[in-house]
Amino acid sequence: MSTANSSVPLDSAASVAQSATTLGTESQPTPSTPNPQMQEHEKPSLFTRIAGGGIGLSIGAMVAALVVGGLLIAITDPATQKAAGYFFARPMDTLSAAWKAASEAYLAMFRGSIFNYEAKSFTKAIYPFMETLTVATPLILAGLAVAIAFRTGLFNIGAQGQIILGAIVSTYVAITWQLPLFIMLPLIVLGGILGGGLWGGLVGLLKAKTGAHEVILSIMLNYIAVNLLLYLLKTPLLQRPGNTNPISPSFEDYAIFPKLFGHSFRLNWSFVIAVLAVIFVSWLMNRSTIGFRLRAVGANPHAARTAGISVASGYILVMVIAGALAGLAGSAQVAGTERVLTTGVAASFGFDAITVALLGRSTPWGTFFAALLYGAFRAGGVSMQVETGTPIDLVLVVQALIVLFIAAPPLVRSIFRLPDPSKPKKKKASSKAVAEAK
Amino acid sequence: MSAATIDTVPVEETVVVKNWKNTIIFGVLALVALLLVAFKAPHNDVTFRLSDGITWANIPNLTFSATAFGWIAILVLLAIAALSAVQMNSGKKLGKGLTAVFWVFFILFILVWAIGSAKSSEVSLVNLLSGGLALSIPMIFGSMGGLLCERSGIVNIAIEGQLLFGAFSAVLVGSITHNPWAGLLAAMLGGVLVSFLLALFSIKYIVDQTIVGVVVNVLVSGLTGFLFTRVLQPDAQNLNSAPKLPSFEIPVLSQIPVVGPVLFNQSVLVYLMYIVVALIWFALNKSKWGLRTRAVGEHPKAADTLGVNVNRLRFTNVLWAGAVAGMGGAFFTLVSVSSFNADMTAGQGYIALAALIFGRWKPMGALFASILFGFSLQMQFILSILGTAIPAEFLAMLPYVVTILAVAGVVGRSRGPAASGQPYVKG
Repeated sequence: MSTANSSVPLDSAASVAQSATTLGTESQPTPSTPNPQMQEHEKPSLFTRIAGGGIGLSIGAMVAALVVGGLLIAITDPATQKAAGYFFARPMDTLSAAWKAASEAYLAMFRGSIFNYEAKSFTKAIYPFMETLTVATPLILAGLAVAIAFRTGLFNIGAQGQIILGAIVSTYVAITWQLPLFIMLPLIVLGGILGGGLWGGLVGLLKAKTGAHEVILSIMLNYIAVNLLLYLLKTPLLQRPGNTNPISPSFEDYAIFPKLFGHSFRLNWSFVIAVLAVIFVSWLMNRSTIGFRLRAVGANPHAARTAGISVASGYILVMVIAGALAGLAGSAQVAGTERVLTTGVAASFGFDAITVALLGRSTPWGTFFAALLYGAFRAGGVSMQVETGTPIDLVLVVQALIVLFIAAPPLVRSIFRLPDPSKPKKKKASSKAVAEAK
Repeated sequence: MSAATIDTVPVEETVVVKNWKNTIIFGVLALVALLLVAFKAPHNDVTFRLSDGITWANIPNLTFSATAFGWIAILVLLAIAALSAVQMNSGKKLGKGLTAVFWVFFILFILVWAIGSAKSSEVSLVNLLSGGLALSIPMIFGSMGGLLCERSGIVNIAIEGQLLFGAFSAVLVGSITHNPWAGLLAAMLGGVLVSFLLALFSIKYIVDQTIVGVVVNVLVSGLTGFLFTRVLQPDAQNLNSAPKLPSFEIPVLSQIPVVGPVLFNQSVLVYLMYIVVALIWFALNKSKWGLRTRAVGEHPKAADTLGVNVNRLRFTNVLWAGAVAGMGGAFFTLVSVSSFNADMTAGQGYIALAALIFGRWKPMGALFASILFGFSLQMQFILSILGTAIPAEFLAMLPYVVTILAVAGVVGRSRGPAASGQPYVKG
């Protein structure tokens, strides 16, 4: 993700100058995709490009991950195991039992996430899709927090803590003040931005000023945030009066996001904020001067410094923005769906966000769609667990496998015998280019 | 990614900034200590029980006033902070010894202050130390696994996954065979399996190593969680109750006052840990393999030029790392408790990684950093039993705050293996 070994920072002016010249023309180094420019030069056939390029790979990775997940369901299914006991007498029994177990689980997942074709009314039928969008909202925001840091060459593993801090400040605002909705909501959103931004900015500041590694810093700050939340939920500041459990008072109606499509669905206006955030980040990274600087820092800090861009302030700035985005996810959680602050507010969003950003290749809209996919997995996973008893942890396995497969294009190509858009020789060159870009 | 992004500040600047930073941290910590005693002085005398059980000599309990000790410690802390400032002014660095003294006094101060503020202030030192050592076992093994990887140039974020899968395999095989040793072996194999994924994707497919590590952790968490609910839980009697690894006293040595029961009356996994750490230290610093490993981690091209097969060596080292970290995983299900639970490693793999960096990528450093974390875990348990006035959450935060201070202040300057995180493509 970052540059080559930098123990010779300034005196090797030649190499720095060289990287500076390539900086302008270089496309974004996305994790382990073949260089897109390489493909344009060669002009392979349309089929080759679609099948072997990004879309084919993504679909292939998804299919492979789902197949592995299906195998896992089938192997651990009691009925299948029973049938496997007499496998050699009637092998078809085993296979049909395995197929039944896996397909039922996946169909339940589909019904729980996209469209419930068994439902009686239209509202109930599209309820799952609305649920997917609801679950995806914090994932979009937290995913952006990871993605934007990735583009600047930082690995923001601390979205978890930033979400928590955002949720804490939002909750404080929501339960302390009593103002009309149109004043409260901006304040709550601002609180999330502030809390998350501070927590993220702390990582950026320490990294920029002391050179400490951001992964360690953000892991530690995650744990500190968890403990801070636990503590605050036991103090009068946030704890529900007359309650001994670590839980905040419920948010009143003037302090929560209104529902987007009526009360049949949980989907609320925080989803719109998430979409706006995607548009904002997209503009920031691709169109603004700040975004150009941040990308330059991410592509090659030495070259960026030589070109007069302050690497330190880039790190601080991007971590403030990333933290603010994750903090927004915290606001969306407490003032959107939960209406209360508990210790489980961040769930596993912070870590899911990493896989979301990776799957979305750190682009804003890629992150958006990846978050929708993971939201669908999450929402569908719940109904899969309820209806077929398949543990929801399966979703984690499938998510992780998708990212692993996508990160390693040669593996997916060899599984599905997809054509390689670049010739072997070029492929080697491009993978080297990617390796160097990291 | 790890090594490269650390040193992004120009060298000339860093020398000045970093050194003042240490002084500032010392000053702030000394001030914190001063405020703690001035405004929340511990009201009790502290008693350390020094001899539990049979030792050569029965040492009387050590009792002293926590407040008096607090003031003495503050004087020492302030003196070192001031000395550091003076030294810095004349452009010199504070000696390593004094830095160590500062940290030792600061930790002792917090310890005594916390115990002195508790309702009951009698503590068994043996219990504190031996419990701390036992709790640090997974982190020690984990950081050794991380060390083997990082010194050969592969970032190992997957320690968490190796621990978790080790714990899972240990309980499964241990329960089926009714043999804890088989469980231990399975834990090592489980760790190797996770390592294999890490090695395959980061070395063969040249995927960013940090990313692979994080994703592998998610994968293992999901997989073990899934199998736990689906396979282990329905048949917990036969699949999720492994016999524990034996623990025994080493004759004679365990009779030494204080040190004996702490070091030589432990689970067999602790003795294995001594052996593994010593072996890794020796192999890394004194053997041909160690020289090659370090070369591959620092400058793979040079190593390649001299005929070392860089990627093969990295691959085998990553697998070994999995075996070592897997042993740490066995602690959870063969020593601590005897059944598996979803995500039971609770982020200790990440702490192990922090310990590795805290310990400057050296076996002994990582060992002591891990012990420090284990010790602070044990402190939390003991203080919650004693009924302390400080909220438990702040105690729980302490090791993380200390790590941040250490990483920002002391370790920021030290570098990891130069080629860590960078794939090696020949040519």
